[in-house]
Amino acid sequence: MVKKIVISFPGESAGRSLTYELVKDFDIKVNILKADMELSRGGKLVVELDAEPEQIERAIAYMEQSGVEVSSVGSKIRHNSELCIDCGACTSSCLAGALSIQAPDWKLKFDPDKCVVCKLCLGSCPLGLFEIEFT
Amino acid sequence: MVRSYEEINDKIRKGKAVVLTAEQVSEMAKTMSPKEILKKVDVVTTGTFGAMCSSGAILNFGHAQPAIRMERIEINGVPVSGGLAAVDTFVGATDCNPANPKYGGANIIEDLINGKELILEAWGKGTDCYPRKHIKTTISLDTINEAILSNPRNAYQNYNVATNTTDKIKYTYMGTLLPNMKNASYSTSGELSPLLNDPECRTIGLGTRIFLCGTQGYVTWNGTQFNTSKPVNEFGVPIGNTRTIAVAGEMREMNTRYLRAAYYKRYGVSLFVGIGVPIPILDEDMAARVSIRNCQITTNVQDYGHNYDHLGTVTYEQLQSGQIEIGGKKIHTAPMASLARAREIANILKQWIEAGQFELTAPVRPMPTNRSLKGLEEKIF
Ligand code: SF4
Ligand code: SF4
Repeated sequence: MVKKIVISFPGESAGRSLTYELVKDFDIKVNILKADMELSRGGKLVVELDAEPEQIERAIAYMEQSGVEVSSVGSKIRHNSELCIDCGACTSSCLAGALSIQAPDWKLKFDPDKCVVCKLCLGSCPLGLFEIEFT
Repeated sequence: MVRSYEEINDKIRKGKAVVLTAEQVSEMAKTMSPKEILKKVDVVTTGTFGAMCSSGAILNFGHAQPAIRMERIEINGVPVSGGLAAVDTFVGATDCNPANPKYGGANIIEDLINGKELILEAWGKGTDCYPRKHIKTTISLDTINEAILSNPRNAYQNYNVATNTTDKIKYTYMGTLLPNMKNASYSTSGELSPLLNDPECRTIGLGTRIFLCGTQGYVTWNGTQFNTSKPVNEFGVPIGNTRTIAVAGEMREMNTRYLRAAYYKRYGVSLFVGIGVPIPILDEDMAARVSIRNCQITTNVQDYGHNYDHLGTVTYEQLQSGQIEIGGKKIHTAPMASLARAREIANILKQWIEAGQFELTAPVRPMPTNRSLKGLEEKIF
């Protein structure tokens, strides 16, 4: 399973070693989506953890024990419809069916309820009109 | 019955020309014969709005005091041609600075049309007549002399469908192709596409006046990679990439609703170009040509993951349904070119003609009739 979390920690080095531990000790694939670091004051990491649910649970328990704050995140995709040219390129990679374009009007339709935040559209729009937003 | 360009233009001037879009006439053709269509319709308008990499702009900056013979030129950090006299350049749509691959020639063209000021930096060796060696300044469409969109190859007649049989995702100019044929992409506007409505280019040649990015432009030559040698299906439609047109127009009159810079991931920059070509209904043959419907236009499905292998043939009706079947597998399809905006273009061109603002031109030079495509042979020295 893939779980997205926000890790808040006190110092930059702590964040670095933490992701290393997740990979090495818990055998979790870590994908850093966003990193907000401020040298002295610590920072925030938005990461995706990819592993079996039990591994992820153990890792989160471990992180909480070692004094970092873990919270789950929601993320959603934002589409800039004003600049959209209705080419349809983004619909090719949206297998969840959140993005569709069809007869009769051939205008792009985005149904956020169907979006599974796979993020494939981010790289598929030739005008770069998709953004990920963390909440 | 035959109809001449003069008769059509006379009707246009009197506001009496009957103009339909290619989609409207294809609908009409379900119940009417070419003979009846010829009687009723004078002009059919077409449209396309897709990424066309072989596009660019000719710019003339004017001379500085003291003058410079620009031999190396950058606009907003993008290197452009330094090989056109002292202060001319050609900005290729795909020109780019590898350090910043998302901003390229296409963006320069779009920014200029949007009225932006761009940074021009140029270097020359310094000559007796052009002593200056370096200049850094800003330019905009207001400060420079000519700004001519000049595209060597646009509006491909038909195009392949792209899919990917490998187990890896492929990022191509045909978009993101998912592994194991999970999707397929296609790129022309089918029955609305300009060169599919005049497949042998009987009415399209040098000098043909067209809609180009919001203004009136012209066909300036055959496009590069012009190819007449591909097989033709039972409805007279060439299968695969065949004819193309070269076009030019005044950038100051253009509108970025119909010209847009694009960036394809791990491929590079390209330019969406909006083109609409009017097709005069001169005789029954032309009436039959413009009657073509999506179910009669076929194209090849190719494997962009492996050597462009041929995987099958489909119609635009199937492609536009959202799903095709190749080797028993159902594949999700997606367009790459905007049909919505292609329709808008065909409708604007229709309005221009109906309002008497746009007359048709007979080709000054016809398109080539016997062209095949050469490859590039590698030679080792
Ligand atoms: S993130 Fe994935 S599911 Fe959501 S719109 Fe983009 S491609 Fe579709
Ligand atoms: S790829 Fe981008 S421009 Fe094209 S339809 Fe999707 S959002 Fe619009």
